[in-house]
Amino acid sequence: MAKKDTQPQTSSKKKTAFGIFLEELTRGSLLVPILAIVTGLLLGGLIVALTTEQVYTTWSESPLEAIGIGVNAALRSYGALFNGSIGNPERIIDALSSGEEAAIRRAFNPFLESLTKSVPYIFAGLAVALGFRAGLFNIGAEGQLFIGAITSVYVGFALTGLPAIIHLPLALGAGALGGALWGFIPGWLKAKTGGHEVINTIMMNYIAFRLSEYLLRGPLQRPGSTNPISPFIEASAQLPRFFDSPIRFHLGFFIALAAAYGVYWLLFKTRIGFELRTVGANPKAARYAGMNIVWVTVLAMSLSGALAGMAGANEVLGLNYNLAPAFSSGYGFDSIALALIGKSHPLGVVLAALLFGTLRNGALQMQIAANVPVDIISVMQALILAFIAAPAIIRTIYRLRTPEDDDDQLHVRGWGG
Amino acid sequence: MPPVLELRNITKRFPGVLANDRIDLTLNRGEIHALLGENGAGKSTLMNILYGLYQPDEGEIFINGEQARINSPTDAIHAGVGMVHQHFMLIPVFTVTENVMLGSESIKVGGVLDRKTAAERIREISSAYGLAVNPDDYVRDLPVGGQQRVEIIKLLYREADILILDEPTAVLTPQEADELFKIMHSLTERGKSIIFITHKLREVLDIADRITVIRRGQVVGSTTPKQADQNKLASMMVGREVDLKLEKKAAKPGAVVLEVENLKIADDRNQIAVDGISFQVHAGEVLGVAGVQGNGQTELVEAVTGLRNALEGHIHLLGEDTTQASPRHITELGTAHIPEDRQRDGLVLNFPVADNLVLNTYYKQPYSQGLIMQHELIAETAKTRVENFDIRTPSVETSAGSLSGGNQQKVIVARELSRPLKLVVASQPTRGLDVGSIEYIHGRLVASRDEGAAVLLVSSELDEIMQLSDRIAVMYRGKIVDVLPAKGASKEQIGLLMAGLSGQKTLKNPAKRGKSRKDA
Repeated sequence: MAKKDTQPQTSSKKKTAFGIFLEELTRGSLLVPILAIVTGLLLGGLIVALTTEQVYTTWSESPLEAIGIGVNAALRSYGALFNGSIGNPERIIDALSSGEEAAIRRAFNPFLESLTKSVPYIFAGLAVALGFRAGLFNIGAEGQLFIGAITSVYVGFALTGLPAIIHLPLALGAGALGGALWGFIPGWLKAKTGGHEVINTIMMNYIAFRLSEYLLRGPLQRPGSTNPISPFIEASAQLPRFFDSPIRFHLGFFIALAAAYGVYWLLFKTRIGFELRTVGANPKAARYAGMNIVWVTVLAMSLSGALAGMAGANEVLGLNYNLAPAFSSGYGFDSIALALIGKSHPLGVVLAALLFGTLRNGALQMQIAANVPVDIISVMQALILAFIAAPAIIRTIYRLRTPEDDDDQLHVRGWGG
Repeated sequence: MPPVLELRNITKRFPGVLANDRIDLTLNRGEIHALLGENGAGKSTLMNILYGLYQPDEGEIFINGEQARINSPTDAIHAGVGMVHQHFMLIPVFTVTENVMLGSESIKVGGVLDRKTAAERIREISSAYGLAVNPDDYVRDLPVGGQQRVEIIKLLYREADILILDEPTAVLTPQEADELFKIMHSLTERGKSIIFITHKLREVLDIADRITVIRRGQVVGSTTPKQADQNKLASMMVGREVDLKLEKKAAKPGAVVLEVENLKIADDRNQIAVDGISFQVHAGEVLGVAGVQGNGQTELVEAVTGLRNALEGHIHLLGEDTTQASPRHITELGTAHIPEDRQRDGLVLNFPVADNLVLNTYYKQPYSQGLIMQHELIAETAKTRVENFDIRTPSVETSAGSLSGGNQQKVIVARELSRPLKLVVASQPTRGLDVGSIEYIHGRLVASRDEGAAVLLVSSELDEIMQLSDRIAVMYRGKIVDVLPAKGASKEQIGLLMAGLSGQKTLKNPAKRGKSRKDA
């Protein structure tokens, strides 16, 4: 075989995060996610066209015109999506030339708001990705996110008189700790009893949801309010914003990027990460190599929970300043999808999270400007996910070769594994 | 009369690899044609093309002089080609009849299975070819040799004329292998033709009518057993002179390193797999554990290396009781473990070679400083190991899974034998490897012994046990039947012990036993 003939080379390239990412890109394993996104967008456009009523009313008279209307509708909604998530180019130029500060802020707001919306996605995506790397399927990010939000909001309003430099880290840390606890429990159950983490994290989700409802109607309810809502947090616990209203862009975005780097560093530079990845890739070999699988499993679930908790903490400390039941729009569940799209690599997760944040942000504008329901975005996300989960579909559509060592499979063991 | 099978100019390319390069092969009626080659030489690819699992990029297949289109195994079966895979494709909870019928069921009116007719045909086939099988037995109750016979009956039931046997003796005792050879002869006497894939040179010389050697996807030569000997075949396979006889000095046994006392171990199904065995391994000697696979060797090795708990008994390593010790502690005492299943236990296939080379030392100085792994140092060390142990890999960053089996095993050997060692536990260390790699790994094991390590070698390859061991323990159904010095032990004697016949009987009437087998 040709492989055997090649003599060992001497290349001592230092691997960087970007290097690994590029490597995966050129090896073709990132081609599938990218094509999945493109295909999802195209099909989303088709759905917009098909749900435009005018297309059907015109069809009997002139099918060609009907198709034109459909294409037009799709283009208009994607135009609105772009304006709503990146920014309207005309408005940006106008605002810049007028030099009016408020106008400039408004013109750039869509883009910054997309970044803001991607913060919880980054954290929760990292949480799921870290679990994947250790061979664990953490379905419980949503519950961990709720608990993280509860603990951080509590520290945020209950502690008073502290300077921000102490209060904010405390509140964030409380969020991470709460999430970590919620991840630790299923992790410990898995390691000690073999109880499958998928089942247990789902159960923990329900407990978290009901617990938050109870707390918001009981101990944590805002005094004097009849609604299930917590008191406002102290200003010292708020994540600072960088611009005046309406721009909500806050420090959380940079903390999220730092967390992504931290996860990358942990996974690929430390011996704990080595253990985590080994247990995830081949638990038998990990045992053979003398690794403590119980410890690694518990640690991975706890860290995963902490990251998900940070997602919740960022929402309450950065945007809402209080906790209400509907504060999460399912970030924890969407994060499973985006960890898959991002190939469980921190950089991939950040990129996928930016995509999700952008789509979510643009969707609102799409609804207002093009009268297309927000749900179209959910359908598109579902399509993208379906294509990524079943790469064979994408490979068939684009006639791609099946890779020899199929890296596209989940980093997760099956049931009972 | 045209040959029953002719492959002309078969070429098959995989990305980056030319697996088959213009291969010609003819098979005459009633012939046993041995296909010999190292792992990765292209034997399996060629046979998978013949069996319809791959399509050749170029070339033609002729069956009985007519060009055949084989696009699927179904086509192959219709064309009279049948294959017995190395791993049997049987359903244990079905009877022999049900297994044979599977896929070509005889059906009565209303879709009811006609077991009776099928069983009748199986009886006919088994008496015609001397394949002793009872159609009503459950497959799970059959010994491995019996299961193999069921596989052969499956082919005959589907009226195959060309039988491909892929490494058929790998799972058999020497006696069962002899039985198989008899069956192969009775098949060819009745006009069947056989392609026999193997890497065991002795068997080829014993049974084949013609031999074709494949190396790196090309036919390097055809010969007959009369014209060839083992050394000639080995050098044809490898492409250089090979030393088949391992030169080793007499052992200088020292103090006891490993002592096993009255050890009882359960397997995964909670059945007793090791049933009260005791033995010692001394520094500077190789204790070979012979036995057909599945007689408790796997569980014994797992217990010694800390991967499985014993029910009863004790394991002492260098005087310390390690019966309950963790794998890491046992490793740190100076134990190397070459595991039975390299891909399952010994390697993380999608990790780079460099990471696999530190799989159980990654946490130590100098590979880790505190929390941080020293990737550059690990890569540098890996480069040295790759050179010292002759691991053929494009780079140390290549994933272990993309190496050939022999090189994967060398990665494990390099990792395990590069530490100061007191005990080497090697389980099936050369399974499925090519001649060159076997030669190399054997040399390394003997070198460890000569440096004073105790070596516990577990292998179902009798040749390997006989070549490397200083003493041989034979395991059968969880017990050690006998321990005998390797010097003066004969293959027949150990073969009989492996089949569970106690040492005493064997020594008393070996001739008689051999005779009665023939009579049966």
